[in-house]
Amino acid sequence: MIRTPLRPLARILSAREQGENPDRIERDNIRARHDDMQGKARQRAEGRLLVLSVLFLAAFSAVGLRMGSISVSAPQEPRSGGGGDNILAQRADITDRNGHILATNIATYALYAHPQQMIDPVGAAARLVEIFPELDHEQILRQFTGERKFVWVRQKLSPEQRQAVHDIGEPGLLFGPREMRLYPNGALAAHVMGGASFGREGVNSAEVIGVAGVEQVFDETLRDPANNGEPLVLSLDMTVQAVAEEVLDGGMQLMSAKGAASVLMDIHTGEVISVVSLPDFDPNERPRPLTEGDQSDSPLFNRAVQGVYELGSTYKLFALAQAMDEGLINANTMIDTQGPMQWGRFKIRDFHDYGPQLTATDVLVKSSNIGTARVALMFGGERQRAFLASMGLTEPSPLEIVEASGSQPLLPPNWSELSTMTISYGHGISASPMHLAAAYAAMVNGGTRVTPTLLRQDSAQTGPRVISEQTSRIAVDMLRQVVTRGTASFGDVEGYEVGGKTGSADKPRPNGGYYDDKVISTFASVFPASDPQYVLIVTLDEPSIEGLGEMRRTAGWTAVPVAAEMTRRIAPLLGLRPQIETPALTAVTLSSN
Amino acid sequence: MRSIMFLLTGLVVIGLAFWAYRENYRTQEVAREIRTLQLEIAETRGALAILNAEWAYLNRPDRLRNLAELNFDSLGLLPMNGGHFVQVDQVAWPAPVSVFAQIENPVEVRGILDDAQGVSE
Repeated sequence: MIRTPLRPLARILSAREQGENPDRIERDNIRARHDDMQGKARQRAEGRLLVLSVLFLAAFSAVGLRMGSISVSAPQEPRSGGGGDNILAQRADITDRNGHILATNIATYALYAHPQQMIDPVGAAARLVEIFPELDHEQILRQFTGERKFVWVRQKLSPEQRQAVHDIGEPGLLFGPREMRLYPNGALAAHVMGGASFGREGVNSAEVIGVAGVEQVFDETLRDPANNGEPLVLSLDMTVQAVAEEVLDGGMQLMSAKGAASVLMDIHTGEVISVVSLPDFDPNERPRPLTEGDQSDSPLFNRAVQGVYELGSTYKLFALAQAMDEGLINANTMIDTQGPMQWGRFKIRDFHDYGPQLTATDVLVKSSNIGTARVALMFGGERQRAFLASMGLTEPSPLEIVEASGSQPLLPPNWSELSTMTISYGHGISASPMHLAAAYAAMVNGGTRVTPTLLRQDSAQTGPRVISEQTSRIAVDMLRQVVTRGTASFGDVEGYEVGGKTGSADKPRPNGGYYDDKVISTFASVFPASDPQYVLIVTLDEPSIEGLGEMRRTAGWTAVPVAAEMTRRIAPLLGLRPQIETPALTAVTLSSN
Repeated sequence: MRSIMFLLTGLVVIGLAFWAYRENYRTQEVAREIRTLQLEIAETRGALAILNAEWAYLNRPDRLRNLAELNFDSLGLLPMNGGHFVQVDQVAWPAPVSVFAQIENPVEVRGILDDAQGVSE
């Protein structure tokens, strides 16, 4: 680079000759040089700014383009992550307490059609109707030949049906993958399972939603991906449930009953080991609700939970236990049973005349309505109501199936003294067998309230105290005596020390009054009496059987033998070892309610 | 000196580029493999679910009950009852296995076994 000198000699000399100041030349040059340097620096700075702005522009447009492409493109599952492979079934399984599957999913296909892609819509419709006879030929034909571009044909296909549809060879018939709820055990525990159906449907998938039973109550839990497909473990025992259904079904037919229900409950944990309601249904093909007539005749009706019945003399235990717990009587107090007992224009009678007096134990053993009514008058309606409420007999059962909310017990609108007396022997108040099971469990487990549950529990419940341990022990002893020498003599099972109370209540007519020849017969039992573990309730709807030359309808002849057979079969399955009892003299006792 | 530095840097850049290129392709290959594995896992899980469902279906109590009845002649299965519980000393234990079980049908080996307690006949 050629530097311009600040004081070029030629100009200085000529300036001196003309008498000018040579310093001015130097200053001019210095200024010119500064201008030059400034210009260059400016140019460089501008260049840098340009480069920088290009860089920034490039960086920001890269970010912008990436954001744009991410927002426009379809979402993609992370391929390399380890977490994505757990979600397979959209709905978790349901198992029994031992891990046997009660409900699971299987993959299947739905069939839909694109009529505009069809080559021979008329032929396809005809052949589809051959495969699926329940389809309406007219309607299918109209849909295939009409304006529609999309037609659902069927929600579920078996593999054979799918192959048959493939064999039609029609390109307009298409399959969409589906996940289907399967209950491999068929009708087993149908009322607990409920059923499932499809919710929102798309071509590639469909929601499976629970429509009844535990499926509906735990719908969210079962579908929650956060649970990682963890199965829902119920308290039911599949084997016990199957045996209970078999025995109850046999008993129901033998007793010509139109319906039956049973509940087996662990008295310490409140776990429902088995709950049966007959007639039942197959949850895989859940029937439609009845559109006319009485809903309680539908197989969908859960007699064990939804069915609120007058449970008759089984309530007598509550009156006696309350009176004993309040110290009003003890097991040997003599109670007036002279009948009939007149109250206003209402008469209370016993099945037989039991003479002027019975001990409190015998009131229960012989099932005296009059005796129980007199005991109930000792504590009165208000305390009776509070006592029944403390066992959960006045509110819907908290069981975890959706139908339980409909089990509101029927209470008298006006709890008069007459109501107090009739309620003491189980008339004028209705509850479900599930209520009764929980209440009996509270009576015999040492006296604490039990909340029935369908989920497996690991420890005993510690509910609020209902009666003292002492009273509870006496109650078990009284129940045992009902079986050994009372109305439930058919209920004894060798080795298992069954205790229990029978109850037979006339069925109310829909328009007031009671039927003479239709009863609900109930047996509430507890076993083994020496160390109570389980409560079993058996209820038969309109049973009757020929016995000793006459038609028998009372529980002692109907529900009790069924319950005994059930205990005989179930107790070993529950792992209970038979107790070796000292042999007692066998005797046949005529039973009554 | 400077040009050597430039040269070295250039070489390093080329080397790194080559390495990155290879890593990229290896990563893609591994990702593809994971994808196949995951599909396989999903398929296996699906098959497992079907097999579980089938197992549960084949073991449904109704079917087992019918099978037990059909095969009563050979199996003699009855519903369980309290009489099936016994004391431990009532259990028919299998007979103690003889220590000589392996040599109960001996061939003629007299004199070959050392200290064979003289039963090898």
